[in-house]
Amino acid sequence: MKSLAELQEIRNRTLNNITLRKEGADEIRVVVGMATCGIAAGARPVMSAFVEEIAKRNLSNVTVAQTGCIGVCRLEPIVEIMMPGEEKVTYVKMTPEKAKRVVAEHIVNKQIVSEYTIGAAN
Amino acid sequence: MEELSLHILDIVQNSIAADAANIKVEIIEDIEADSLKISVEDNGKGMSEETVKKVCDPFTTGRTTRRVGMGIPLLKLAAELTGGGISIESKLGEGTKITAWFGYSHIDRQPLGDIASTMQQLICMNEQVDFMYIHRVGEKVFELDTREIKKMLQGVSLTEAAVMDWVLGYLTENEEQLYQNS
Ligand SMILES: Nc1ncnc2c1ncn2[C@@H]1O[C@H](COP(=O)(O)OP(=O)(O)OP(=O)(O)O)[C@@H](O)[C@H]1O
Ligand SMILES: [Mg+2]
Repeated sequence: MKSLAELQEIRNRTLNNITLRKEGADEIRVVVGMATCGIAAGARPVMSAFVEEIAKRNLSNVTVAQTGCIGVCRLEPIVEIMMPGEEKVTYVKMTPEKAKRVVAEHIVNKQIVSEYTIGAAN
Repeated sequence: MEELSLHILDIVQNSIAADAANIKVEIIEDIEADSLKISVEDNGKGMSEETVKKVCDPFTTGRTTRRVGMGIPLLKLAAELTGGGISIESKLGEGTKITAWFGYSHIDRQPLGDIASTMQQLICMNEQVDFMYIHRVGEKVFELDTREIKKMLQGVSLTEAAVMDWVLGYLTENEEQLYQNS
């Protein structure tokens, strides 16, 4: 069984990473819409997929956050990606599978997955 | 919503939007009494009596042209479909408690679903909030007070990948324990 005491060790390990990270601080933000329509449409597994994929690839300069209603219920789950110096990209009708692809292509390789963007859905 | 835990995820968003600093989520499964009860209690900004009436019955107020929310009506519907219901106690400036009860064995009762992921996301994505999470199944109980986690982390963020992973693992293990026959 996991115990709270393990957090001590996780804390120490993480502190080392944080000091390393400060130097190349190119923060990328992933924001998942978590209002009623987003949750009903599947925002929770999408959020989990981003968190897992980012952890698996050790992308320590990416933060995942949640927000309220982004706007268009029929296009939920909606995810926004903000990169420094780039315009915000809005992905719609997201799924865990699409989330993995967005991490690999957009966040890692800097290639927007156009077919999932709000522009393509309209 | 397909799972009760998705209703919880949604109802807690209301508490967060109401600037709550403390949120208590409690689930009580009492199979002998054929009852499943969920409550979310916060110390956020609260609601006036008029607002409480409106959110319970958004379709019968009629005269309002404002957009009405769907979160609470959906919870109410899900509860009533199982012979249960909801209650809202709220006081402006003090906080809100929403309770929903369900017929445990009713065919239309949604499963609790992935409560571990739900609580992980709530806890880690809303660091400013202290959560108390209590889940009872019969005689067994799992309690989590996020202040204890924060004390151990001493300033390291709950959004750190390694921390999020631990939180999910901790919740998953303890949830499984609740359903194991001892
Ligand atoms: N815990 C709370 N504290 C204060 N006000 C609340 C709380 N819960 C609900 N409310 C009020 O009741 C309203 C209706 O809530 P409800 O969840 O049904 O819809 P909503 O949050 O407005 O929209 P959505 O459809 O995205 O959930 C809220 O907009 C808010 O004004
Ligand atoms: Mg709501």
